[in-house]
Amino acid sequence: MTGIISLIQAAIVFGTVIMFGAVGETVTEKSGNLNLGVPGIMYLGGIASLAGAFFYENSTDSPKRVVCVLIALLCAVAASALGGLIYSFLTITLRANQNVTGLTLSIFGSGVANFFGGSLNKLAGGVGQISVEATSSAFRYSIADSVNLGVFGKLFLSYGFLAYLAIVAAVITQIFLTNTHKGLNLRAVGENPGTADAAGISVIATKYIATCAGAAISGLGGLFYVMDYTKGTWANDASIETLGWLAVALVIFATWKPKNVIWGAYLFGVLYWMYFYIPNLTRSSQEIFKMLPYVVTIIVLIITSLRKKREQQPPMSLGLSYFREER
Amino acid sequence: MAELVQTKEPLIRIAKRQSMNKAAAMLIRGLSLLVALVICAIIIYSITGHNPFKVYVSMFEGAFGTQRRTWITLRDTVMLLCIGVGLAPAFKMKFWNIGAEGQILVGGIATAACMIYLKTLPTALLFLVMFVSSCIAGAVWGVIPALFKAKWNTNETLFTLMMNYVAIQLTSFFVAKWENPFGSNSVGIINRTTKVGWFPALLGKDYLLNVVIVMALTVFMFCYLKYSKHGYEIAVVGESVNTARYAGINVHKVIIRTMLLSGAICGISGLIAVSGAGHTISTSTAGGRGFTAIIVAWLAKFNTFTMIAISLLIVFLEKGAVEIATQYNLNDYASSMITGIILFFILGSEFFINYRVIFRSAERGGDKA
Repeated sequence: MTGIISLIQAAIVFGTVIMFGAVGETVTEKSGNLNLGVPGIMYLGGIASLAGAFFYENSTDSPKRVVCVLIALLCAVAASALGGLIYSFLTITLRANQNVTGLTLSIFGSGVANFFGGSLNKLAGGVGQISVEATSSAFRYSIADSVNLGVFGKLFLSYGFLAYLAIVAAVITQIFLTNTHKGLNLRAVGENPGTADAAGISVIATKYIATCAGAAISGLGGLFYVMDYTKGTWANDASIETLGWLAVALVIFATWKPKNVIWGAYLFGVLYWMYFYIPNLTRSSQEIFKMLPYVVTIIVLIITSLRKKREQQPPMSLGLSYFREER
Repeated sequence: MAELVQTKEPLIRIAKRQSMNKAAAMLIRGLSLLVALVICAIIIYSITGHNPFKVYVSMFEGAFGTQRRTWITLRDTVMLLCIGVGLAPAFKMKFWNIGAEGQILVGGIATAACMIYLKTLPTALLFLVMFVSSCIAGAVWGVIPALFKAKWNTNETLFTLMMNYVAIQLTSFFVAKWENPFGSNSVGIINRTTKVGWFPALLGKDYLLNVVIVMALTVFMFCYLKYSKHGYEIAVVGESVNTARYAGINVHKVIIRTMLLSGAICGISGLIAVSGAGHTISTSTAGGRGFTAIIVAWLAKFNTFTMIAISLLIVFLEKGAVEIATQYNLNDYASSMITGIILFFILGSEFFINYRVIFRSAERGGDKA
C-alpha cells in the first residue's frame, strides 16, 4: 500500500513537470508551430528561476517567501518567453525551418542553462552545489505538511501549489481553445492560415502570441523541475532534456487536447517510475521498463494515423511556415 | 461618395527572390557568421572580462593546437559529417528523420555486440560482420517509421523522435548487461588489451580509416543524389508527392528504400563511433550529434561537400569552447551556447538569401500622390 502511494506521489510530481511542458507546447502547436525547442525552453525557465532566487536569497538575510516565489516565477516566465520569441522571430518573421530552429533552440537552451548552472554552482562555493532552500521550500510547501489527513492527504494534498496550478492551466487552456473566440482564431491559424488570414485574423500576431505564451507555460515545467523535483539545486545532467522530449511526446499522446494532457502526464509518470516498484527486476530489465512512455506514444501515434478521425489529427499546417505571398 | 479609398502600401514588403548568385549568397552567410562571432565576443567579454580575440585565438589552439588535437577535431568532424551524409537523402525527400540519434546507437550496439561475442573470428571476417550488422541495425531502426509513413502517413518527425528514446533505453539495457567491471554502470573500453575489433591505424594515424570511410560515403552520396535515377526520384518525391505519382514513381518504395539507406549510413556512424573512436558503448555514444547533424544537413541544402565545411565549423566551436573552458576556468557548456547563437544567425541569414525586403519609398520613389 505504501508502495502504491509513493508511486502515485512520484508520478504526480513527475507528471507536473511534463504537464506544464505539454500544455505550453499544445498552445504552440495549435497555432501551427511545431516547436522542438521545448527541452531548451524548459532549461531556460529552470535556470532563470534558479538564478533569480539565488541572487535574491543572497542579497538579504531573511528572504521573504512570497518574494522568492514571485521572483522565481517571473524569471522563469520571462526567460522561457524570450526563448519562444527567438523561435518565433526566426520561424515566423524570417521563415526559417521550424524543426531545425527548434532543435537549435534546444541546443542553445541546454548550453545556456548548464553554463550558468555550472557557474552558479561555482559561485555558491563551499560544497560546490547551489541551493536555494528558502525558495524551494516555499514552492514545496503543501497542506499535508502541516495537517495530517491520512492517506487522502498524502495522495492529494502533499504537493506544492504548482502541481495544482498545472491542472488549472490545462483546464483553462482547454476551455480557451474550444470555447472562446480567441481560441477558435488560434486553431484556425494552425489548421489553415490562408483561410484565417482571409477571414481577417492576424496570422503573424496570433502565431507570435501563441508561441511565446506556450513557451512561458512550458518554462514553468523547468521551474517546477528545479524547485520541486531536484529541490532547488542544479546538476549538469540531461534530465530536463529527457523530460522536455517526453512533454513533446505527451502532446501527441493527448492528441493535442489539454484535458488529455492531465491524465496523460500522470500516466507517463506512473510508467516512468513503475520499474522502481516492481520487485525483483534486474538493473537491465529496469531499463526496458523505462521505454514504456515512448513505446506507448508510438502506439498512440500509429493508432491515430490509422483511424484518421478528424478530431484526433495534428493541426493541418503544423510545421509549415506561412507565406502570405504564396497563398 | 465615389471617393477612392487609398490604401497605404505597407512600409516593408517581402518578395521572393528569383535567384541569387552564389557569391552574394556566400557573402550573406559569411556576414551572418561574422555578426554571430561579434555577438558571442560581446557575451564572452561581459561574462568573463577576457579579451574576446584572445579567447578566439585560444579556441583555435584548442582545435588545431597540436597534431593530436587536429586529429581529434578531424575525427569528430567526420563523425558529424557521416551522420549528416546519412540524413541527406531522407531530408531531400522531405522525410524528417529526427531519429539519427537512435539509429547511431543501435548501430553502435550491434558493433559492440560483435566486438564482445565474436572476438575469436578472423579480423577481416569480424570487420565484415561488424559492418553488415551495424548497417542492418541502423536500417531497421530507420525503416520502421518509414513503413508507417508510407502506408498510413504516420507523422515521421514525432515517430523517429520517439524511436531515439527507445534506442537510448535499449542502450542502457545493454550497458547494464555488459557492464565491466561489475557495478561500474559502464561497459568500459571493450577489448582494451587485445584491441580486437578496433579500427586499425592507417599509415600510423589512428583515425585515418574513419576519415577514409566517411569521405568515400560523402562522395558516394553526392553522386547518388545528383546523378543516379534513385537520386532523381528522391528529389521529385521531395518536391511534390503528387507529381511523383503522376510521373509513375512508386512513392512508397522510394520512401522505404531511402530510409533503409539513411538508417544504414547512420548505423555506420555508430560503427565508427564505437569501433573507430570510443571503443565503448554508452547512452552518450551519439551524444546529441544526431540532432546537430540535422542542422548540418539542412544548412548544407543536402550538398554533402558543403556539409564538410559546416561540420568542421561546429566541431571547431566545440573543441574551441572546451579549450576556453579549461583555460579561463569556465565550464564547457559554453560551446553549446555559442554554437546555438551562431546557428541562429546562419538560419536567420537564409531569409535574406531567399527573400528581398522592399521598403515603400525605395522602390517607387515619388508615387505617393
